[in-house]
Amino acid sequence: MAPEVSTKNRLANGGYYRSLTRNMILTVIVVSLSPLILISSLIGVQFHTSYQEKVMDHLQEIVRKHKQNIDSFLNERLANVAMLVRVHSLKRLSSEAFLKEALSLFREEYGGVFVDLGLVDEHGVQVAYAGPFELKRANYADAEWFKRAIRSPFHISDVFLGLRGLPHFIITVRPVGARWLLRATIDFVAFNSLVEATQLGKTGSAFIVNHNGDFQTRPRFEAAFSRELLTGFLSRKTVEERVAVFENDDPTGRTFLYLMTPLKNGQWILVFMQAKNDAFVDLYRARRWAFVILLLGGLGIAGTSVLLSRRMVQRIARADREKEMLNEQVIEAGKLASVGELAAGIAHEINNPMAIMVEEAGWIEDLLQEEEFEEGAHIDEFKRAVKQIKTQGKRCKEITHKLLSFARKTDPKVVMVQLNDLVEEIVALCEQRAKYSNIHISMNLMPDLPTIHASPSEMQQVLLNLINNAVDAMEKSGGNIDITTRVDGAIVVLDVGDTGPGIPQSNLARIFDPFFTTKAVGKGTGLGLSICYGIIHKIGGEISVNSAVGMGAVFHIRVPIPKIDGKKATSRS
Amino acid sequence: MAMAVVMLVDDEVPFVETMTKRLTKRNLAILSAFSGAEALEKLKTQKNVDVVVLDVKMPGMDGIETLREIKRAHPLVEVVMLTGHATVETAIEGMKLGAFDYLMKPCEVEVLMAKVEEAKLKKGAHEQKILEARLKEIIGRGRG
Repeated sequence: MAPEVSTKNRLANGGYYRSLTRNMILTVIVVSLSPLILISSLIGVQFHTSYQEKVMDHLQEIVRKHKQNIDSFLNERLANVAMLVRVHSLKRLSSEAFLKEALSLFREEYGGVFVDLGLVDEHGVQVAYAGPFELKRANYADAEWFKRAIRSPFHISDVFLGLRGLPHFIITVRPVGARWLLRATIDFVAFNSLVEATQLGKTGSAFIVNHNGDFQTRPRFEAAFSRELLTGFLSRKTVEERVAVFENDDPTGRTFLYLMTPLKNGQWILVFMQAKNDAFVDLYRARRWAFVILLLGGLGIAGTSVLLSRRMVQRIARADREKEMLNEQVIEAGKLASVGELAAGIAHEINNPMAIMVEEAGWIEDLLQEEEFEEGAHIDEFKRAVKQIKTQGKRCKEITHKLLSFARKTDPKVVMVQLNDLVEEIVALCEQRAKYSNIHISMNLMPDLPTIHASPSEMQQVLLNLINNAVDAMEKSGGNIDITTRVDGAIVVLDVGDTGPGIPQSNLARIFDPFFTTKAVGKGTGLGLSICYGIIHKIGGEISVNSAVGMGAVFHIRVPIPKIDGKKATSRS
Repeated sequence: MAMAVVMLVDDEVPFVETMTKRLTKRNLAILSAFSGAEALEKLKTQKNVDVVVLDVKMPGMDGIETLREIKRAHPLVEVVMLTGHATVETAIEGMKLGAFDYLMKPCEVEVLMAKVEEAKLKKGAHEQKILEARLKEIIGRGRG
């Protein structure tokens, strides 16, 4: 009984189902979310690292390429000038017409990179000049670049304003052993645009500084670059080809990446800087999306688990209820059987004393008729009382007789029964009574119905009970009783339907209980249907009822066809 | 003179006693027996018994058995069965064995009276027929 009790308890308080729901939800969420979170964080970290490496590699590669470009640009320009010096004599180079021709050739070839050309003697005086400015005879003796240039065969100056007041730088070539040099001015704008061509994202840009931190090209974000970084870079003994990487916060709090590499034999430094969040914008975007997807997925999982768990628990609760009902039915059936046995025993024991009591009452009645009592004051009252005893005794008799037939100890003979014959027989018996109540009995019997194992008298009793009940139900209103026999698989089915008032839902469950009756006191014993129930179950069949208020009632009896001689029985009938 | 001689057979002593009083009051001569064996024993000596009212369910020799014996030994004695059971089978079997009728216990004394009278009439008719048959036989013999 323990499981039933626990089921009952479960049904009694919803706490069990609530905690079941909660546990299911938690389990589903934990089980499905934890691997998701673990995997996404693992992959996230891995992806973050490798993507950062990739970005850094990419940036370094860009800077390296750029450095090469700038270096080769400078070298080429230097080579251009060197070519002039090597190929042509001093005399020719001193001719301004020649210089003009050479300049226009260069400009044609390299698109405005060369601004002017000039020949400077050992005292720093420009002896020949070709270009847009009036710089003939200009004296460069004190200029920084001249001091350096006169000592070395090649020189590329830092960017400076010079005599013309515009930023520019100068390439000089001095032939071996000569006391003069040829200088060419490189257009700052052209050079600047070459450097600035390296722009990445919103903040990525390149610029060049010299060792003192003077900008050689215009940076896009001047403020962001600090001199400490430069000294930090210079303090490292960097290999020529290496690109060094730094991170630094600018005054506004943005973190910038700096990539630095030496240029022009280490005289200049190419700096590439980019805000970190700009450099890793794709990574951060991917990370944001991943987070959003994770969040939505998590919500989805949580929602689904709540929904599914609720539905599941509802189903479990329903199954529990059904099980509970089934258990009750099983118990009910067992109770019915034991009640039947008990009732039969009691009925038998009671019947004889009852007979004696009734006879004694009869004897008193007999004696009351004698003359000496006729004068008695309460004679009528005595007579009435005795009569009442007899009436009630008769009622008891009815009950005990029905109880006895409900569960008889001696098994009535079981033979092969043709149900159709029994139906016809019983209907013939009942038709008279039915006719008085304006009830029509119709039969729809399947020909060649297989015979079943049953006691004919008991089957008659069942039929009689069902028909009598139907007639009782429609006694006042009249109606139809429809009796059908048919075969359903290996089962003979007998239906008794009426068009009466129907059976209320609340009574359906108890209709086969002993002593359950809806008839007036003294009219019915409440045993008819329980007798039917006992009889049908004894022969391995089932009896059930379908009914609703106002829709009449149909009783179904299902009895299995005996297996062994089933065929014989069919062919015989 | 008594209307009929009736023997009550039942193991329930108070029932038999009360019935005896009631039926005696209705001008029947009553003999009583409390078992099948006792009934058979008494029938051997009491040749004037018209009707036996026999309870079906008794310890020892039961009603059906007693009925068989009575009918075998005294074919003319009519037997009315009294059953506590509503068993149709028992009643039918009793009828097949030659019982006059059966009644459900407890029964109205008037009903029982009526049955006994009918049984007595039937027995009388039987006896009459036997008598007539005898007479015919004798007359026939005389003529022949």
